[in-house]
Amino acid sequence: MKGKTFFIDLTKCTACRGCQIACKQWKKLPAEKTRNMGSHQNPQDLSAITLKLVRFQEVEVDKTLQWLFFPEQCRHCVDPYCWEAAGGDSQDAIVHDKETGAVLFTKKTAELDYDMIRGACPFDIPRMDEATKVISKCDMCNDRVQNGLKPACVQTCPTGTMNFGDREDMLKLAEEGLAKAKVKYPKAMLVNVKEVRVIFLAPFDPKLYHKTMMAEAGPQMFTRQSLFAQLFKPARAMFT
Amino acid sequence: MTNHWIDFKNSDCILIMGSNAAENHPICWKWVLKAQESGGKVIHVDPRFTRTSARSDMYVPLRSGSDIGFLGGMIKYILDNKLINKEYVDLYTNAAFLVSKDFDFKDGLFSGYDAAAKKYDKAKWAYELDENGAIKTDPTLKDPRCVFQLLKKHYSRYDVKNVVKITGTPEKQLLAVYKTYAATAAPDKAGTVLYAMGWTQHTVGVQNIRAMSIIQLLLGNMGVAGGGVNALRGESNVQGSTDQGLLFHILPGYLPTPRATQPAFEDYKKAITPVSKDPKSLNWKKNQPKYAVSLVKSMYKDVEADKGYEWLPKLDAGQDASWLTLFDKMLAGTFKGFFAWGMNPAASGANSNKTREALTKLDWMVNVNIFDNETASFWRGPGMDPAKIKTEVFVLPCCVSVEKEGSISNSGRWMQWRYAGPTPMGETKPDGDIIYELFMKIRELYQKEKGAFPDPILGLNVDDWGDGHVFDPHKVARLINGYYLKDVTVKNPDGTETVFKAGTQVAAFPALKDDGSTCSGNWLYCGSYSGPDKKDNKAAKRSTEQTPEQAKVGMFPNWSWAWPVNRRIIYNRASVDQAGKPFAPQKPVLAWDEAGKKWLIDIVDGAGNPGAIHPFIMQVHGQGALFGPGLNDGPFPEYYEPLECPVTSHPFSKQLQNPTAMTFAGEEAKRTVCDPRYPFVCTTYRVTEHWQTGVLTRWLPWLIEAEPQMFCEMSEELAKLRGIKNGEKVILDNPRGNLWAIAIVTKRFKPFQVMGNTVHVVGIPWHYGWVFPKDGGDAANLLTPSVGDPNTGIPETKAFMVNVKKA
Repeated sequence: MKGKTFFIDLTKCTACRGCQIACKQWKKLPAEKTRNMGSHQNPQDLSAITLKLVRFQEVEVDKTLQWLFFPEQCRHCVDPYCWEAAGGDSQDAIVHDKETGAVLFTKKTAELDYDMIRGACPFDIPRMDEATKVISKCDMCNDRVQNGLKPACVQTCPTGTMNFGDREDMLKLAEEGLAKAKVKYPKAMLVNVKEVRVIFLAPFDPKLYHKTMMAEAGPQMFTRQSLFAQLFKPARAMFT
Repeated sequence: MTNHWIDFKNSDCILIMGSNAAENHPICWKWVLKAQESGGKVIHVDPRFTRTSARSDMYVPLRSGSDIGFLGGMIKYILDNKLINKEYVDLYTNAAFLVSKDFDFKDGLFSGYDAAAKKYDKAKWAYELDENGAIKTDPTLKDPRCVFQLLKKHYSRYDVKNVVKITGTPEKQLLAVYKTYAATAAPDKAGTVLYAMGWTQHTVGVQNIRAMSIIQLLLGNMGVAGGGVNALRGESNVQGSTDQGLLFHILPGYLPTPRATQPAFEDYKKAITPVSKDPKSLNWKKNQPKYAVSLVKSMYKDVEADKGYEWLPKLDAGQDASWLTLFDKMLAGTFKGFFAWGMNPAASGANSNKTREALTKLDWMVNVNIFDNETASFWRGPGMDPAKIKTEVFVLPCCVSVEKEGSISNSGRWMQWRYAGPTPMGETKPDGDIIYELFMKIRELYQKEKGAFPDPILGLNVDDWGDGHVFDPHKVARLINGYYLKDVTVKNPDGTETVFKAGTQVAAFPALKDDGSTCSGNWLYCGSYSGPDKKDNKAAKRSTEQTPEQAKVGMFPNWSWAWPVNRRIIYNRASVDQAGKPFAPQKPVLAWDEAGKKWLIDIVDGAGNPGAIHPFIMQVHGQGALFGPGLNDGPFPEYYEPLECPVTSHPFSKQLQNPTAMTFAGEEAKRTVCDPRYPFVCTTYRVTEHWQTGVLTRWLPWLIEAEPQMFCEMSEELAKLRGIKNGEKVILDNPRGNLWAIAIVTKRFKPFQVMGNTVHVVGIPWHYGWVFPKDGGDAANLLTPSVGDPNTGIPETKAFMVNVKKA
């Protein structure tokens, strides 16, 4: 398996939100009208114009306060459910770029069944523009990547949290990162490492960050056979 | 900073106190993480758990404003447990100096206090001199009058029990910090401190930093890789602006501003020439007259320096012209016109209602800015009646920093050249062009109408500013570096002679003269532009070339240029022993090459062989100052409460507050101490997403999307007490003003146990203002008091009292 992969090391994230802003800047996406809801997180959720969102969560782990930061985006699944759900090779509304592994939503997604596509995503990522019905999500900055650049979020990250490169290099980096992290965080793990191209190194239980940080149904969910079996049920329901 | 950003990676223990480094200096975290990866510990001490705390190894709470208790306790802990770096303290500090019998300390006051004037007579804190005028010392450190013993005595009151009682820091955590940090006393270990406005914005601001400096000297952490006292500057060029003398009390290069009591240049030169009888003290400041003459010549190159000095504006004896005083005088109608240049005082300065009212007393105001702001539009702000305001406001649109060429100096003292990016929009201009054009116009008026004192205006050297119309940053940078005004012949050590022709750039500040043959706009920057061509502009250097030894400590001498003389870690002589051997051989800053008779790695402080001179060359006597007799509020930091505080007493003395703090007549009634109507401590801070008062960031949709509104962070306990739910609107108020905010109820704030009572601390950001966005809220400074540090005048905006209730 070749292609590209992100490695996101949450032991280094300070939630500066450079990635969230850089994404909007490169994509020329407008800001949402927000208000403070009693948290530093804003916007409150992903949307058709917010493709990368840093989620904030305050939890106590072993009686010690932890402030967890989760820079969420599409995971670019190795075997993308959304693409399969749309019809795989038989359609071109969702394109699976075989070279990079990027999963790309085109304008033709307006013709797809939004509930089915969003429901197919184990991470609840896709969002539809109410006016155009086009479904959106992170596209791995495929335009940048095809031109030898890193995705905008990776380019801007000041701490080394966000990494991007060839899959084998990123897997190596992820394993090294995990070994280092284990010293301080014995429960640290690489989230869905085999199934996704956006690998989070989570120092704490992924459930503490956000309910859909990790697809929990187990590895069987990540086979095509099981996918087809699930195709007409919202897979999301399995995880929540 | 004594060190620089990359150097953080060399640290074994990074203490972040009075700073929210990860949020407000996001890029620095890269180097903090590298220190952590190498086994270094990161400690965050702060009233609130922040994004910095989230990534630190230890988060330790303390009540806002109680830092000297915390640090004084650490000094005592280090001394009691004999944890000092003995060799370093003996060799490189003033621990052995004997202090005169006039020095005394009783119940919170040092000797020499004049209660009527609220001032000290600092002559009472002098050292004891022998018959030749040299300082008496006791190298055994046993004499009860030596600095070391006085230090011990002073901090003997700061026991753990009392520190816990006043700071609200749990004992276990307090001791964990003391133990971890004190471990950096090992000669091959280094501890560093990162601080910012959380330490400076107090009526004991300077003494907070002094207390930490004492700790750093006791542990041998100054001048070494991964050590130092490092101020994280809150504005990209604030280092540059202070270097260039933008404050009232200094001229460029930190030369003191002349006073009216020094009418002749000789008076001034005498006052800036300190004397040391110690032959090993380089006493670098004795060279200040050369720098002062060269500065005057850079301004008035066509007249004698004595005449040029006479033309310089002078402060009256004892006059303070710092920020708070300025607005106090403005309110009193003392002056008529005001330039708010790249500043938004109506939101940025303490006590905004006072500032805003002061602006109504002006005849005219010029606001130079990129966007509309609370200052430019003060006359149509909340509570203002434009019909009744006489102030005529001119708004000049300037271009954005990235649209112009020039240098900025970062916190690590690196002068970094930046090139112009996009073309300025519309009729906006670089600030340099605006000043230049303004000056040419003023000069034209003086030529035509003469005026009261035209000479300083007509005689000013503007040839070096540009071409007569357009500002030239290269010409100015060359002037700041300085050049020869006459042909100068220099005898070389080998007997040959070198002639420097008039017009030649000066190579470095040791070549500056006091005879008027050189000019230099800022001696510290002499050497930054040492030739006529753009290639001689060292600020523009971008080479990563370095030796393997430099690579080891992350030193890049060919990347930009650092003042002074490209030295990357100042006081670096203190990193080696008397033979020139590094105390930390695994991360040396300096090493003596015996064969080549030269210093390797960094540029050494001062010259000469190992052991030839004391390392702290900017100190008169060359030694690190455990005892610091120069400050206005005492030679040792002493515990005082903020001028608004939640207690009526503290455990260390009967003196509740800093007796020398800057205050203004008639405002005491608006300050509260232990007043049940204003029971909560409030502190102000920043978020990553906004910049200063938000003038630049509130208009950026993506940033205002991320942090849209004024908020007030508070503990769950306080929220329960006041029936406030997360996300609800609350009102904060005190006798100076009120404002609304959205409540962020969080586990990241916890109530403090202080002197047997529960004390709640709340926090608000200072980035908002009524101009834009309309639902964003107003300035945090509506609540802050106009009281200041007695040394700098910086306002106490980090600890004051408020009430918080549901809106």
